[in-house]
Amino acid sequence: MGKIRDILRTMEYGPSPESNDHVVAWLQAHAQGFGHYIDGEFTKPGALFEVTNPATGKLLAKATQGSAADIDAAVSAARKAFASWSTTPGHIRARHLYALARHIQKRDRFLAVLESMDNGKPIRESRDLDVPLVARHFYHHAGWAELIETEFPGYGPVGVCGQIIPWNFPLLMLAWKIAPALAAGNTVVLKPAEFTPLTALAFAEICRDAGLPPGVVNIVTGDGAPGEALVSHPGIDKIAFTGSTEVGRLIRKATAGTGKKLSLELGGKSPFVVFEDADLDSAVEGVVDAIWFNQGQVCCAGSRLLVQEGVAERLYGKLRARMAHLRVGDPLDKSTDIGAIVAPIQLQRITKLVDEGARDGATVWQPKTALPSQGCFYPPTLITDVEPASTLAEVEIFGPVLVAMTFRTPDEAVALANNIRYGLAASVWSENINRSLEIAAQIKAGVIWINSTNLFDAAAGFGGYRESGFGREGGREGLSEYLAPKKSAGKAERQEKRPAPLSALPGQSAAVGDGAVGIDRTAKLYIGGKQARPDSGYSYSVVDPHGEAVGQAGLGNRKDIRNAVEAAGKAASWGAATGHNRAQVLFYFAENLNARAAEFAARLAGMTGVSAKEAKGEVDAAIRRTFFYAGFADKYDGAVHSTRSRHITLAMNEPWGIMGIACPDAAPLLAFISLVMPAIAMGNRVIVTPSPAHPLAATDLYQVLDTSDVPAGVVNIVTGERDALAKTLAEHEGVDALWYCGTPDGAKMVEAASISNLKATWTDAHARDWLSGESQGRAFLRRATQVKNIWAPYGE
Amino acid sequence: MDDRSKTALAGHNIERNPGAPLDPSWFEGVGVNLSAVERRTATLTARRSVKKEYQAAWLVKALTCIDLTTLAGDDTPGRVRRLCAKARRPLSDELLDALDLADDPPTVGAVCVYPTMVPPAVKALEGSGIPVASVATGFPSGLTPLKQRLAEIAYAVGEGAGEIDIVITRAHVLNRDWAALYDEVKAMREACGPAHLKAILGTGDLKTLRNVYAASMVAMQAGADFIKTSTGKEDVNATMPVSLVMLRALRDYGALTGHEIGFKPAGGLRTAKDALNWLFLMKEELGDRWLQPDLFRIGASSLLNDIERQLDHYATGRYSASYRHAMA
Repeated sequence: MGKIRDILRTMEYGPSPESNDHVVAWLQAHAQGFGHYIDGEFTKPGALFEVTNPATGKLLAKATQGSAADIDAAVSAARKAFASWSTTPGHIRARHLYALARHIQKRDRFLAVLESMDNGKPIRESRDLDVPLVARHFYHHAGWAELIETEFPGYGPVGVCGQIIPWNFPLLMLAWKIAPALAAGNTVVLKPAEFTPLTALAFAEICRDAGLPPGVVNIVTGDGAPGEALVSHPGIDKIAFTGSTEVGRLIRKATAGTGKKLSLELGGKSPFVVFEDADLDSAVEGVVDAIWFNQGQVCCAGSRLLVQEGVAERLYGKLRARMAHLRVGDPLDKSTDIGAIVAPIQLQRITKLVDEGARDGATVWQPKTALPSQGCFYPPTLITDVEPASTLAEVEIFGPVLVAMTFRTPDEAVALANNIRYGLAASVWSENINRSLEIAAQIKAGVIWINSTNLFDAAAGFGGYRESGFGREGGREGLSEYLAPKKSAGKAERQEKRPAPLSALPGQSAAVGDGAVGIDRTAKLYIGGKQARPDSGYSYSVVDPHGEAVGQAGLGNRKDIRNAVEAAGKAASWGAATGHNRAQVLFYFAENLNARAAEFAARLAGMTGVSAKEAKGEVDAAIRRTFFYAGFADKYDGAVHSTRSRHITLAMNEPWGIMGIACPDAAPLLAFISLVMPAIAMGNRVIVTPSPAHPLAATDLYQVLDTSDVPAGVVNIVTGERDALAKTLAEHEGVDALWYCGTPDGAKMVEAASISNLKATWTDAHARDWLSGESQGRAFLRRATQVKNIWAPYGE
Repeated sequence: MDDRSKTALAGHNIERNPGAPLDPSWFEGVGVNLSAVERRTATLTARRSVKKEYQAAWLVKALTCIDLTTLAGDDTPGRVRRLCAKARRPLSDELLDALDLADDPPTVGAVCVYPTMVPPAVKALEGSGIPVASVATGFPSGLTPLKQRLAEIAYAVGEGAGEIDIVITRAHVLNRDWAALYDEVKAMREACGPAHLKAILGTGDLKTLRNVYAASMVAMQAGADFIKTSTGKEDVNATMPVSLVMLRALRDYGALTGHEIGFKPAGGLRTAKDALNWLFLMKEELGDRWLQPDLFRIGASSLLNDIERQLDHYATGRYSASYRHAMA
């Protein structure tokens, strides 16, 4: 029998290997080991570690284990280069980024093959997805480099950026980090993942060949140790990290109080929601692209299938049939769908989780797909009979494993989708656009794909809600992570004075009034639209600059914060109100404050000792600032990004939800207003700790709030020790974001305490001029919102 | 060719689709999402590749699935005889030797002509086992009176056509007149008698993929043995997205009734690479069973020449020229 005849009978695909000759030759040329790339040159190879091909277990190359000294050298080189790179005209930076994009395209197949050999991903994906997106990112940011001066006036680069990237998309994550950093005029020290350093080293050669100035990009390889050294290096101005939530927490803690800007893109357990009116066959393909893409080692993988009960069995049946067609094997074979798991330790983790799930009663289904006899491979897996309480429904498996659950109604779909600590992405499948958009609006995630999944583009923002991190990559929102306001020259930074401890000792009550027996007026706390006695049962004396008591304020404690967060939780409808409604409330608030302007001015003068003129100035500014944010309530628009043809990519500014705000002692009324108004204008509910030393301007606002139609629970005020209350807010998992204006120690404490739910924090430990225009504006609105990107493909 | 595929080439070895009562619930609630369908077809062809002897074998398979077609106003008996000669012996002896298929040479799946060209085609193909397919029913618009369209079928079957490629009235789909569509196709199926009915949907005229799904389902409920994309005369003919949706309908019909329905893309498939892509689509969406000519046909004319050139390249290592291969 001839061979052709045999094939005609079996109709098998046969081998279809992508040639790797060029990559093998390149690796041979570097057989002595790779050094780091520092200051435009490769260092001599040092202590080497092995880089293996996960599909074969064979050695690919050796790379140098970076040391603290290597990081030091790289940061110095980056610092030195920053001086000239940051002042290089945007147009010249654009030329450099364009050159990088062109070089990447010219070596696209080389990079794709190298990536597949190092990471184990199928050549189809590295060739058709990873590398084209890498080039796209550099082109897109070449454009930003050109436009940055006109599009972001008043902003400049952050400085030297430390960037730590994962092994699942080694070159793509490098591009997501380096392209925006360079476009904005930053210089970088990048540490690729230990498992997959090779494309970063190939990229270093591209930087050299493309004539990028030395020191602008530095690459140090190695395990977690150089990563730690990078995070804690005092010469770093910003850390950008993509990886596990666990390591993200360590980085948040290590950078607390250092003033380093931070963006974290962490884990996920993203829901993939299928309604009964979905195109079920297409939803099946969506699942393939969601969880069997890159072996499921994707932070935004749609790993939790939520399917409407009535079509669940049909969908599972279609899925199983489809899974039988998935080919697992040699990543370099062009007909491979699922390649190798990156390393044995990951394979063990996946295996263990699935086995434990099976023991706990989950139904595990895998097709009878042949796996290669060697290398790290795991079959596509569908797990049903999983409940939200199952471990498999909660943890990120990071493998080709889909867990499936059912829901009955759209409300229940949303509840299940949001019943998770993460919030990176979600996929919604329904042919009803009304339903799709409603669900997209309700799911707490940074990226929502309607009738699609895992769509990426350099022009769209990507990043998570909740414990999936903060900050965005891509688009205008991603670029702003690499920009900082230009500092006005010559202005020395003053720091907020350490507050005197508050005393609740008796005997200091203010003698209020003119000697006649007045009516005692002791401010309580303001929680849920009502004045509430502090849980502690104590009040403290508020004194004027001469030490004379001018009144009393409640000494709030952690239970009061708890109650305030509960009250804020009940006011969720504020976020759903129209911007127009919120504007009306803010205008009305300003109107009522204005009616009592003289009283507030007298209070400020008496409490803080400022002149009558200054006090009046502060009140006037507070009224005007309220108008400013009332004006913005319906004008802080999102965007429609230019991504793909026939796709609408909406960037929507959403409120965080519940925010904590700790106010400084300076300008006790104006600072309060400057922080609270942008937050509530955007639809957040707030728990505010007003100035500890001068809280009475805030407590006097209770009645203004009461008379201004501010719904109960939208603004909650807890007086007392700022740092003690801020710590409770920082640790509270029901608080989504926290602004802190106080001391450097307090800022550090807040950032370190925020790690449990990885809330976004904004700390400001320098004494701001609250009257100046720098204390209001879009920067505050940006901090009061998070961007959700919704992808809605269209066409019939 | 092994025995099994030979039987397949000789005709049809499956139980015919008896049809089912018209039931719009089989298609009216079914969602078809254009963007998602396009994504699937765009990546599907990039997910599979065949090389060397596998590619050669797959191209031979494609060849056996071709409905070698001439449907032009200037068709003559002479032209049809030339086509039939090529259908009987699509590959040169040299090529057959190189492929080691000389003792059982492949032929195309069928020859497809206008009704009046059926007699010369039947004569020219006598003894070859290659069926003659005839278009009918006022092809390509299908807008002649039903009585005449049915008579046309009877004529072609009477002259020896084994397969009838009918066209549906697109207006019935555009106006959602499912009963009219169903009755029409059912009547045509009856007129076909033993000949197999391929229902041409004219997908380029139907425009939306939901229309394509619905029309596919009604045609199958009315008893179509095959569903076929296009006449080759619409502005847009066989596309991958349209084909994918028809295959999904066919699969759903199979799941509901247990019957295997054939699929025929027609128009626009010109290159060997196109043929491979459609074979990938069939294998991935439906499985190996739908790689046989009793369930898969490609309506084409110039495709065969490109397949020959690619096979020649496999055999000799040199790129071939069209003039070296016998005209169809």
